[in-house]
This record gives sequence, C-alpha cells and structure tokens, in this order.
Amino acid sequence: MNGGKVISSAVQSLTFTRRATIIGGLQVGIGLLLAGRMAYISVAENERYQLLSESNRVNLTLIPPRRGWLVDRNGKPIANNRSDFRVDIIPDRTPNKEQTVATLAKLLSLDAEEVERINNELKQTNSFQPIQVASGLDWEKYAAVSVRLPDLPGVSPRQGFSRFYPTGAAVGHLVGYVGIASAEDYKENPNPILITPGYKIGKDGLEKHFEDRLQGEPGAKRVEVTARGKIIRELDTQSDVPGKPLKLTLDAELQEYAARRLGPESGSVVVMDCHTGEILTMTSMPSFDPNSFSDGIGVTEYGMLRDDDHVPLRDKSLRGLYPPGSTVKPMDTLALMRAGIDPEETVSCPGGLRVGNRFFNCHSTHGSVNMNRAVAQSCDTYFYKMALRIGYDPIAKAARELGMGEKYDLPVPSQSYGTVPDSDWMERKHKRPWANFDSVNSVIGQGYVLSNPLQLAVMASRMASGKKVQPRLLFTNKKIEVPAINFSQEHLMHAHQAMADVVSGRGTARRASLPLDGIRMGGKTGTAQVVGLNVGRGGRDVPWKFRDHGLFIAFAPVDNPRYAMSVVIEHGAGSSSAYPVARDVMTFMFDREKAMEQLEPLEKSWGGNIAERTAKKMTAYRAQKELEKAIAEGRIQSTSDDDISDQNTEPQVGQ
Amino acid sequence: MSDFVPAPIAQLPWKTILLLLIMASFGFVVLYSAAGGSLTPWAGLHMVRFFMFLAMAIVFSRLNENFWKAIAFPVYIAVVVMLLGVELIGAVGGGSQRWLNLGFIRIQPSELMKVAIILAVARFYDLLPPSQIRSWSAIWPLLVLLAFPCGLIILQPDLGTTITVAAGALTIAFLAGLPMRLFVGGAVALAVLTPIAFFFGLEEYQQRRVTTFLNPENDPLGAGYHITQSKIAIGSGGVFGKGFLNGTQSHLDYLPEGHTDFVFATMAEEWGLLGGVVVLFGFFLLFRWGLGVAMKAKTRFSQLVAVGLTATIFFYVAINLMMVMGLAPVVGIPLPFLSHGGSSMMTIMICVGILMSIDRHPGRQSSAFG
Repeated sequence: MNGGKVISSAVQSLTFTRRATIIGGLQVGIGLLLAGRMAYISVAENERYQLLSESNRVNLTLIPPRRGWLVDRNGKPIANNRSDFRVDIIPDRTPNKEQTVATLAKLLSLDAEEVERINNELKQTNSFQPIQVASGLDWEKYAAVSVRLPDLPGVSPRQGFSRFYPTGAAVGHLVGYVGIASAEDYKENPNPILITPGYKIGKDGLEKHFEDRLQGEPGAKRVEVTARGKIIRELDTQSDVPGKPLKLTLDAELQEYAARRLGPESGSVVVMDCHTGEILTMTSMPSFDPNSFSDGIGVTEYGMLRDDDHVPLRDKSLRGLYPPGSTVKPMDTLALMRAGIDPEETVSCPGGLRVGNRFFNCHSTHGSVNMNRAVAQSCDTYFYKMALRIGYDPIAKAARELGMGEKYDLPVPSQSYGTVPDSDWMERKHKRPWANFDSVNSVIGQGYVLSNPLQLAVMASRMASGKKVQPRLLFTNKKIEVPAINFSQEHLMHAHQAMADVVSGRGTARRASLPLDGIRMGGKTGTAQVVGLNVGRGGRDVPWKFRDHGLFIAFAPVDNPRYAMSVVIEHGAGSSSAYPVARDVMTFMFDREKAMEQLEPLEKSWGGNIAERTAKKMTAYRAQKELEKAIAEGRIQSTSDDDISDQNTEPQVGQ
Repeated sequence: MSDFVPAPIAQLPWKTILLLLIMASFGFVVLYSAAGGSLTPWAGLHMVRFFMFLAMAIVFSRLNENFWKAIAFPVYIAVVVMLLGVELIGAVGGGSQRWLNLGFIRIQPSELMKVAIILAVARFYDLLPPSQIRSWSAIWPLLVLLAFPCGLIILQPDLGTTITVAAGALTIAFLAGLPMRLFVGGAVALAVLTPIAFFFGLEEYQQRRVTTFLNPENDPLGAGYHITQSKIAIGSGGVFGKGFLNGTQSHLDYLPEGHTDFVFATMAEEWGLLGGVVVLFGFFLLFRWGLGVAMKAKTRFSQLVAVGLTATIFFYVAINLMMVMGLAPVVGIPLPFLSHGGSSMMTIMICVGILMSIDRHPGRQSSAFG
C-alpha cells in the first residue's frame, strides 16, 4: 500500500495544505454555482414564478351573470331573476359527507326526498363541482348555515340570483327552463363558469334557443387565499354583465288566462294577431312549472309529470299532432270556390255517402245543403260529394297555402308539422294511387291529415285576414309587411260568413257566441276520432283516452278580423269541449274583466287554480307512491290490486 | 482599545462574533416575518438560543487543543450510545424518533454526531504514524468509526444527516493524505452504486423524494410540492424581493417549512437575489475564516479538525441551498443561522466554538522533523 514512499509529517503538512486548498476551491465553486442558480431562478425565470405566485395567492371566483329577462309585448316579465340565498356542497372538500348533509337537513328543514337527492349526487361525483343543497332560501336559514361554517367544511353558502317565471306552468313549454350544465356541456365547452355554483344554462324552449343572448358575461371576484383555502381578504370585484332581455310577442296575461281556462283538460290554445302573425299566446296544458325544473326538480315531482297520461312534458301546441277534423271545412270551401263551385249549389244529404263498397257517414241527415249551411252545420256529405267532383289535390294545395303541413321559422327546439296528403304524396309514401275514399276522408280532416294546433291557428289567421302571415314569437317595432294570399276577397267573405253562422243561430257552436255587444266571432268546430267507429263514438261514456279530440278554430271580430285562434282539447269528447274555451279566451281579448268573471266559478268547480290543483295532485301522487312502496316491501297487505293500478283492467284497443 | 477594555474581552474574536451576530440577526428578521410579523413563536427564541450558544462557543474558545484531543473518542462513544438509545426508545415506543428528551433540552444525537465524528476521525489520523497513511490500517478504522453512526442514523431514517456525517469524515480522510486514487475510485464507485442504492437501499418515501427532485412538476401537489413552492418563492422574489413582511408564499402557507428547512426561500421571496447574495457572502466569509484557522493551525489534529468543522458547516449550507433551489432532493437539512431549530444551532455553534478555540490556540509546530 505505501508504495515505498516514506511519508513524513512535513510531507503530510504539504499534502494537507494542498488538499485544503482544493476543498476551499470546491467550496467557492459550489458557492458560485448556487449564486448562479439563484440568479437564474429569480432573474431569468422571475416572470414565470411571479405568475405562479400570483395564481397561488389569488383565487378567482366567477360570479354567474344575471340572465336576460324574457318579457311579453307589454314589457311584463315572463322570466326574470330573483335574488336568493343558496347553499352548495363541494364534495372534494367535505370529509364527513353524511354528517354534513344531516346537519344541513336540520338547519334548512329539508325533506327526506331532498336529502336523498343530495346524497345520490354526492355519491356520483367526487370533485370540486359543487352540488346544490338548497336555493331560494330566506335570510334566516342562510344565516343559520353561515354561522356554523367552521363546523361544516366544504359547505358554501352564497348570495346570488335564480331564474323566476312569474306565470309558472302557463309558459312552461314555450319558455323552457334553465338548469345546471351537464357533464357533456362542460366537455363540449370547458368554461369554468359552467361549473360555478348558481350558474344555469337554458335547457329547453326559448331559454335554450336564445342561450347566447340571454347568458350575459360572468363577473369575477379576486380574493387572497391561503394554501388551505382560507380567504384572507377580497382584492377586487368585477361585476357581471347581465344578458340582454328578449321581448316576445306574447301577452303574458292572456297566456296565463288561457292556461287557467284550459283547466283540468289536456289541450292547447293558440291566439295570433291575424294581420301580423304575432303569437299572442301559445299555451299547452297541463304543463310543468319551469320554476321547479330550474331549482333541480325532485324525484316525486318528475315522476308525477312522467306518469301523467295528460303528458305535461309534451308541448301540445307544437308537438301534438291531431286530425284537424271539420275545422278544415272553411278552407275546403275556399278551394271549392277557387275551383269554380257555386256556393249556392245545393247537395242532398241523406245521412252519408256510399263510395265504392264503403258507406261514409254524416253525423246527421241534413237534407238539401248549400256551401254556407254545409259549414255552419258541418255537413260531411256536401264535402264528400264536392271532393269527389274536383279531386283532392286542389284542396291540398289550398291547405298548404293556408299554412297546413308547414314547418315555421320559429325559435323553438322542435315542431311536428304533420301531413297534408295528395296524390304525389300517396305515391311517394304508400306506393299506391290516390283513391276516392282518400278524398272523402281527407276533405273532412281525417285519414292521413294531421296538423298541430299552431298550424290550425295560422290557417284561421290567413283566412281571417287574407294575408299570408307567418307566426312569430319575437317582438319587433318595425312594421310587418305581409303579402296577400291567393284567394279572392269575395270567396274569403263567403267563408267568413259561413264561420260566423257556425257560431250564430243555426250553427254547430251556438254557445260560442261572445257575451259582448257588437263583437261577433266566427269559427269552426271539429271532432277528431281517436278510435275506429267499431268501438263506438268517442263520447263521454267511454274511457278518457278513447274519447274524441275536440277542436275549434275562430277569429274575431267577424266584420274586421283582428285575432285568430285554435283550441284543441285532447280527448275532450267532441268540439263542445273546445269552443267554450275559445269563447272565453276571445272574450278576454276584448274585455278582460268579463272573461275573468267567467273563469272564477269554473276554477272553483275544478278545485282551485293551477298551483293549488298541482299541489293536491302531488300529495295524492306521493301518497300513492308511499302505498306502493309499502306494499312492495310487505309492510301493508294489498286488499285490491285495482286500487293501485286501474290501467290493467281496461281493454286494449287500437286506433 | 486595550486601555479601556479588559484584556479577556479585548481578546475575543470580535470580527467572527460580529459576522455570526449579523447572520443570526438576519435569520431573526426572516423568522420574524415568517411568523407574520411576530417575535413568537420563532424569532425571539432564535435569538435567545443564539446568544446562549454563542456564550457556550466563547467558553469553548478558552479550552485548548489537548482538551479536544482528550474528549474526542469518549464523546464519539457517548453519542453512538445516545443514537442507540434513540433507536431503542423508538422501537419500544413504536414509530421513529430522532431526539432524546433530557428534561431541560431535547437533543438530536445525530446532530451531535456531525461534530463527534470530526473529532474522532481527526484524532485517529492524528494518532496514526505518518508512514502508515497509505496503508490499509489508515482505512479500516475510518470505516469502523463511520459504520456505527451511519448505520444508526440511516435506520432513523435520516438520509441527509447520514450523508453529512460521512462527508465530514471523508473530508478529513482526504486531508489526512489518503491516496488520491481512493477518492477518485470512490467517486466512480459511487456513481455506479447510486442507482443500486436507490432501488434497494432507500425507503419508498426517500425514493419518491429523489424522483420528485428530478421532476418536481410531475407531482406539483404531492411530493414535488416542496420544491415547486420553494422555487416559486425564490423566483417571484426577483432581484430586490417583495419587501419585508410582503412575502405571500410564506405568509399564505404555500411554502411548507418556511421557518426551518425552507427558510432561505422565505428570505429570498422578501429580499430577493440581493438577500441571497448577502447570505452567500456571509457564509463565504465564515468558511474563509474557518479555512484560515486551519491554515494557521500548527498541529495536525487542529488542522484536520478545523477543516473538518468548516466542511461540516459547509455541507449544511450547500445541501440546504441546493435542495431549496431544486438542485438536490428534499433531505431535511436546515440552513445555519437562519433556520429555526435548537439542535442544529447547537451543532453549528459547537463547531464555531471549537474553531474559535483552535484560532486562539494554534499550538506549536510539534514535530517538524518526524
């Protein structure tokens, strides 16, 4: 090892000095390296680290913007924003979820169903996306939660705005509702505002269609926070830019009136300005309360809506398709006159007509009828014969000119636009030639003819004004120029007279005359069969779902038409269910007080207004569900299964 | 001056004391700010301890070389026994423990070992006849001396201290004149063995610290959090810093251990590169003084001890700063004079005290001719 070298203390001392110098050098080297490194971090990368330091320190909280209002033609709010207090839970920051929810349930007096909803949502997500516990709270409850915050980690009480629909269910289908953005929405547009508590986006109807306009721009609050998320102080706040308001052609009061007047029926009322096409109301009932949807609807309430055979979740005005029945007859007369038929020509009605080997009934034996009487008394035989004479294609053309089968340019999520059949259509769709019985069926609005209530209102409008109006929902101050339709004034006057006679002395809707001096209404009844005649007539003596639909189209005043409308009552057992509604709604157009007087006794007999009836229904539904659950769990012995479900015993009959 | 001031006081190494006072005072300022502008819980105690240990160091400076020679091995054995005690208490109490509670003070024996190993190894090479310095008998006792403390400290487990202890001992061996090829060969072996040690020798949390050190951004909220936040603190300070009491990383708790291991980051955030350079310059003066003491020392023992102690302080500083700036893994080594912590301050001041003692008693050239 020693290599033969004799090492003395002196040599060792020299070695020491040399090596100590090396160590000193190394130390200086490392010192310089450290200084260099520090200079690099603090000078060259200063900007980057300053940014990181700021983003550590400053927590940006987005403030959801207030949505733009929806207002009616008179500026009355249809959807506005209500200042409210809300409480959310941020799952990630809540260590003891069940305990926290239980405490909140006690503080906010939440019912069992709400607690279940919150617990379900908590189980499904485990992230920073907040879950709503409650909104629309009053100050006391909000304060009760706020003071206990130190014991409730992850709970976030906030003050904000929530969407409010003053007319509730009356506007449900048309306006839609708002809700929390879904995971898909966020994936599509990963904007942090979407997962900010209290931020809602339009989910249906106008709210969805005009989302961009109504949305507004979020504000922001910058706060200084510690690493543990404790807020030290507020730095600054940039307020939100509310969304732009949207003015609709609707008349909110009329909309509400129509909704209330429909009562317990399932149906639709559409009223239009027949010169401009402005939709004054487009009501579909029963409906859902958009306020409930916007707050996050409860399981029971949604279940009730889903299970209801009156389909409150479907917009009947736009998505309901019905055979228009006899309401097409005034339109038929225009087609006939344009084809050269003399209105004074009479046809004999022996109570029906044999076409081929089938006998087509008329609902009565009218004897000798001319065009006017055929409309007023709704004689089918007259139209059977005339349709066979001129063929159905010219009538189909007239129907389309008057708006049937048309999809309108409207800001709505979807429209079902039905069918106006003709020979081309038959070849295309069913690969067979047009037959006589097709003409006979179609001319009285049966067979393949289908339309939605809005189309019926447009047809009534175009006939009333002689103008090719397009339905519109957005209010404009500009003058709306509308071209004329291709029917002569004389023919239109004739049709008007026939429709006036429907409502007057000898017509089918005598009770529909307006209780107003000097204002007459013209109209046309319609009954659409739901089941084949072999089951029998769809009157009040058969189960609800087999009853005929009742329809009515109308315009007023007869002498100088201003408004046109359609009323459809599903399974109303004939037109007598529809025209009283039309009468009262039209009365409302001219004399609101009188119309309200008509409504009040009716609502009393139905068991209260819409909200009251919904509450009662809800209680009953909840009780039934409880009972079902109890029986399923074996807590109660079922005495009769019919109590729970009376559907099974009904006969299954096709159309 | 000597006319007015009593001789014992005038003889004190005032320049060194002044340097230490300045550095500790800067530590005081930083700790005052780290506590959000408060003397408690760190800054006040920091200064009390400093003066206490400074007094101890001055007492040490009166002791001469023979005293240190005499206690070298006994102290070493005592500290090894204490380390063993810590291990046993930990094993009985369940869970690792690094300190011994002596009632009036809690001592980390591993800290004391940093000094004890220097004294023991220096004493060994002092006793070793010069002719045997290149023989096997110059090596195996060193390994034995290292094996006990390093084995016990790595069991705690405390990688940072183990490295410091071993590095101190090896520095003395290097200075004592062991063949250069051993160190070169050792460095090569280390390069080869490091990966093996990494995979088989380290606890999982230690492995994670190392991997995180290599890539802190991969795990910014987990183990990389310390390094990332520390770099943000230093980087955002810039050249002049955010100003006294204006640090956000430290005050808002983003910087973990801002008063102990990462005190330099706390300082740099408020005082910037300027503060960093001042601190580095302070340490430079301290090491220059330490090496100067070694160069002036006349006996082999004092020479070796002086450089060994200087190197020990240097390892504290270097490892800590490299860690704080993201050049080394997080190993838990405090920064002398700035970090809050009694044990490390005691160790540093013992080192300083012994250095002052050697400064005062450079000794006589003992055996110039063999």
